[in-house]
This record gives sequence, structure tokens and C-alpha cells, in this order.
Amino acid sequence: MSLPAPRRVGDVLLCVDGISLSFGGIQALSGVCFDVHEREIRAVIGPNGAGKSSMLNVINGVYTPQQGSITYRGEAFEQMNPQRAARMGIARTFQSLALFKGMSVLDNLMAGRNLRMRAGILAQALRIGPAEREELEHRAVVERIIDFLEIQPWRRQPVGRLPYGLQKRVDLGRALALEPKLLLLDEPMAGMNSEEKQDMSRFILDVNDEFGTTIVLIEHDMGVVMDLSDRIVVLDYGRKIGDGSPEQIRTSQRVINAYLGVAH
Amino acid sequence: MIQLDGQRSLANLQLGRLRRQWPVLALAVALLAGLAAPLATRAAAPGFFLEVLLAGLMSGVLYALVALGFVLIYKSSGVFNFAQGAMVLFAALTTARLAERMPLALAFLVALGLMIVFAWLVERLVLRPLVNQDPVVLLMATLGISFFLDGFGQIVWGNDIYKIDLGLPKEPMIVAQQTFDGGVLVSREDLAAAGIAGALVLALALFFRHTAIGRALRAVADDHQAAQSIGIPLNRIWVIVWSVAGFVALVAGLVWGSKLGVQFSLSEIALKALPVVILGGLTSVPGAILGGLIIGVGEKMAEIFLSPVLSSVFGMAGGGIEDWFAYVLALLFLLVRPEGLFGERHIDRV
Repeated sequence: MSLPAPRRVGDVLLCVDGISLSFGGIQALSGVCFDVHEREIRAVIGPNGAGKSSMLNVINGVYTPQQGSITYRGEAFEQMNPQRAARMGIARTFQSLALFKGMSVLDNLMAGRNLRMRAGILAQALRIGPAEREELEHRAVVERIIDFLEIQPWRRQPVGRLPYGLQKRVDLGRALALEPKLLLLDEPMAGMNSEEKQDMSRFILDVNDEFGTTIVLIEHDMGVVMDLSDRIVVLDYGRKIGDGSPEQIRTSQRVINAYLGVAH
Repeated sequence: MIQLDGQRSLANLQLGRLRRQWPVLALAVALLAGLAAPLATRAAAPGFFLEVLLAGLMSGVLYALVALGFVLIYKSSGVFNFAQGAMVLFAALTTARLAERMPLALAFLVALGLMIVFAWLVERLVLRPLVNQDPVVLLMATLGISFFLDGFGQIVWGNDIYKIDLGLPKEPMIVAQQTFDGGVLVSREDLAAAGIAGALVLALALFFRHTAIGRALRAVADDHQAAQSIGIPLNRIWVIVWSVAGFVALVAGLVWGSKLGVQFSLSEIALKALPVVILGGLTSVPGAILGGLIIGVGEKMAEIFLSPVLSSVFGMAGGGIEDWFAYVLALLFLLVRPEGLFGERHIDRV
């Protein structure tokens, strides 16, 4: 599994530099720097409350950091916003599911194509010419994703009624529907059993492999993290305490201390 | 043992559900019985009963229309829009005064345009600066919008009673003369109004189901954060939703205005949409429709059939039930089922 990464990894796609974020008196992130290369799977790990999700929220613009900058595809930003992030090809999934529960699996994924839809309201409502053709094109893309994630049998069901593991897949599917360059996964395997975790790992590797999607992944399961990722960032109390290959992280004394605690 | 526990908890669960829902069931049964009772006792005049039922349904459709405006805005932006009534008045007033100077169709289009401009202004000047504020703050803001719009409308357009002539047929007709003695008197104007409102509700439902924008609106209603993450622009969606609510207000205002005249009290009638959304659930479009119908029918029935009972049994004056029936029903619902018939239950994490 742990292939030597450099073969497929390209240039720097995303670079966060000196990111500091605080909520009132709580310092969620302080001076975090790391970069992500194209086609890389980059894990962000750390104990609870280390600032992992905050980091993801900064990258896709939900939070605006007080300091630091984000460079994405060579362009530097002081702040993002979720919509611009989506337009520039950054998609994400959510730790606690944030699906459109009342809508079918198909509609959830179709909503992910929203940005690419061009036809006017009237044309859509009346289903005339170009609108119809556009809808069909998007449907084709979405159906491919549905096949890929093996969720065909549940296409028409409202996602609110699906079991948890499947909902996680729909969440991934909706993000894929954006055809993202950079995919942010916030604990895609939280609460799954080992079989579901295996499935999800396979999907993540396939996405990375087949579509060349760059992936930033937050995950608690160390086995999964070590297997999947090319490089790992370790956060603790909002600071970066480790950055390197799975091998380096596994043996880093600082990381071990953060996870297991230090004798005083 | 575990199996047994499982079964018991399942039984408990169902019992719990029953316990939670019995007041609603009881209410429904009482309502049905109340509706059926006059039919049983006045078997001689089922035609009259039908007339009352129809009249109730028709005003119910209009309540549903206004309630729809509330639900659309609440669903997509979490704002309880107190200004819906003022929007109804303003839209109707604008059309009525413009129609004095130009053809009605043109006046309608200009008013629609104004409502869209209004939606855009609300998003720019109120919603955007207040984003992420407490719901109470937004509620107060819409209250402010409501006062502003009431006052602004009257400064610009005047505060008399104005007429709108939609060209709806005025003469009532009598149908089913063979089946019922004396037939059933149906107001053609009401019928046309109900037809317009029904068509609008249907059109909105189709719009939400079958267009990409409708899909985006539903997505925003379900989850703001996720909608943003796939690039759905919240601000534009809000403008669209407020525009649609403005359009709904315009239609409701015209239909009502043509019946009662366009006047200040229109915004108070629109307030009856409040009990409707409490009944149907703030987040449910079908709930708004059904709630509107229940309240429309309920208050007419109560007025006609309950008033005599009240006056004969308790020696009360009896009249005017129509004015408070909706609010009492809403109060009952708040006590037993605060989320309404179809609303989402809010389970807050603590």
C-alpha cells in the first residue's frame, strides 16, 4: 500500500502559510504551515480539539483566519469563501453528515452539479432544448459517480433514510459531483465498522488514482491513515508538531508524546 | 435477555409515540366529529353544509397562499418573516394604484418588478449585514421591515380603500340542484380565486421539484453549510426566495383585494397565516397548504354551526368565532404538538 509517492505526485497545489485562527479567547490554530502536492493524499491528524476541522474550514473558506495566507494553484488568498472555493475546484465532505436529507441520492449529487448549470430558470422549468440536454449531460456524470460508489440500488431514496455508512458515501459522491481538483475529507470513516472502512479506503484510493484528485484527509484511525496517505501533518493544540511520511510520523517522539502524554 | 429487552424497548417506543400523538389524534377526531355533526343533525340541508364547506375551503386556499410565503422564507433562510403581511398589502396597493393609470396586466408586472427590487434590497441591507446573528435579531429586523413597508406604502400610494377589478365573475351560481334540495350556492369569484391560488401552489411545487434552481433552494433549506460547500450562492438564493415570496404576496394581495378592497386591514388578514404555519409546521410546504385548508374550513364551520350552540347553551352572544378560532386552534397545537403537523422536531444538543 505504501508505494513510494513521488512517482505520481506533482507540483505544489495548495500551501497554507502561518495560519492563525482564534474564536474569542480560544486559539484554534497558531501559525500552521504545510503544503499539499498535486495528486497527493495528505492526512491531517491530531488528538481531539487539535484544530484539524478548523484547518479544513479555513481552506474552504468557512472560517477566515486572523493571520496567514492560502496559496492555491499559485494564487495567494488572505481569505477564501466557500463558494469561491467550490468554483476553484475545492470540494469537501463533512464530519457530522450535512446531506440534503429530504432529497434523493440522485438529487443530492445533482445539486453538486449546480455550479456547472447554465440554462435559465424558464428553460429549465419548461424543459426546452438546451436545458434538457444540459440536464441529461449532468445526469450522465452523476450516474457514473453513483456506479463508481456502488450506490445504484438507493438512487431514488431520500438520503435521510439510508444507513449511516451509505450516507457517508453519498456525502463523498456529492463532493465528487463537483469534479474537484482538491478534495477535503473530514473524518470520512468516523463511526464505521471495519468492512465499511475498507470500502471507503478503496473509494478514496480509486478517486485519487483514477481521477488524479488531490486529497486532504482528516482521520482518527491510525491504521487507515498510515495505509492511505503519502504524507501526514500532525496538529496538537492548534500547532503543527509533525510533518512527514507515515514512517517518520510513526517514530516521531513529539507525536508519540502528544498522543500518549508525557510523564512529568 | 437482550432480545427481550429489545422487544420491550420497541414496545415502549411505540407506546411513547402513541402517548405523544394522542392529543393530535384526539384533536383530529374532534374536528372530524365537529364537521360531521351538523351533517347528521341537519340532514335536511346537506346542501347548506356543502356551501359552508366550500366557502371555508376557498378562503383556506388564500390562507395557504400567504402561509406559503412564510414557509419559503423560513425554510431557506431560517428567518421568520413578520413582513409577509406588509408585503401582501404593499404589493396589492401598488397594483391597485398603478392600475388607475395603466392596464392591469402592466400594473401587475411593474408591481412584480418592485417586489423583486424589494427582495434584493432586503438581502443587501438587512439579511447580509445580519448573517449569523440570533434568530431573534432577524425576527426584529423583519418586524422593522414590516413597519417600514406599511408606512412607505401609505406615503407613496395613499391610505384610502382602493378597488382592484380582476374581472372575476361576480354572480354566484347554483349547482347540483338535482342532488340537493335547493342546490348548492357557489360564489364564482371565490371559485376563480381558489383556482388561481391552487394553480400557483402547483406551479411552485413543480418549480421546486423540477428545476435546478428549485433543487438548489431545497438544498439550502436542508443544510446551509453543505449548500455553500458545493458552490450554491446563499445570497442569490435569498434574493430568489424573497422574490418568490413577494410574488406569492402579490397574488394573494390581488385576490383578497378584489374581494374586500385594498386597504390597511389586508396586512392583518395576512396575519392569519401565522396560525396556519403553526398548524402545518414552519418548514413544510404541504403543511402550509393543509393548514390553510383546515383553518379556512374550521373557522367557517365554527362560525356557522358552533355559534348557535354557544349562544343557546351558555347564553353567550356567540358571533365572531371566525375571528379567533384560528388562534385558539394554533394555541392548542402549540400545547400538544409545537412542531405542527408536518414540521421538523427540533432536538437540540445540550
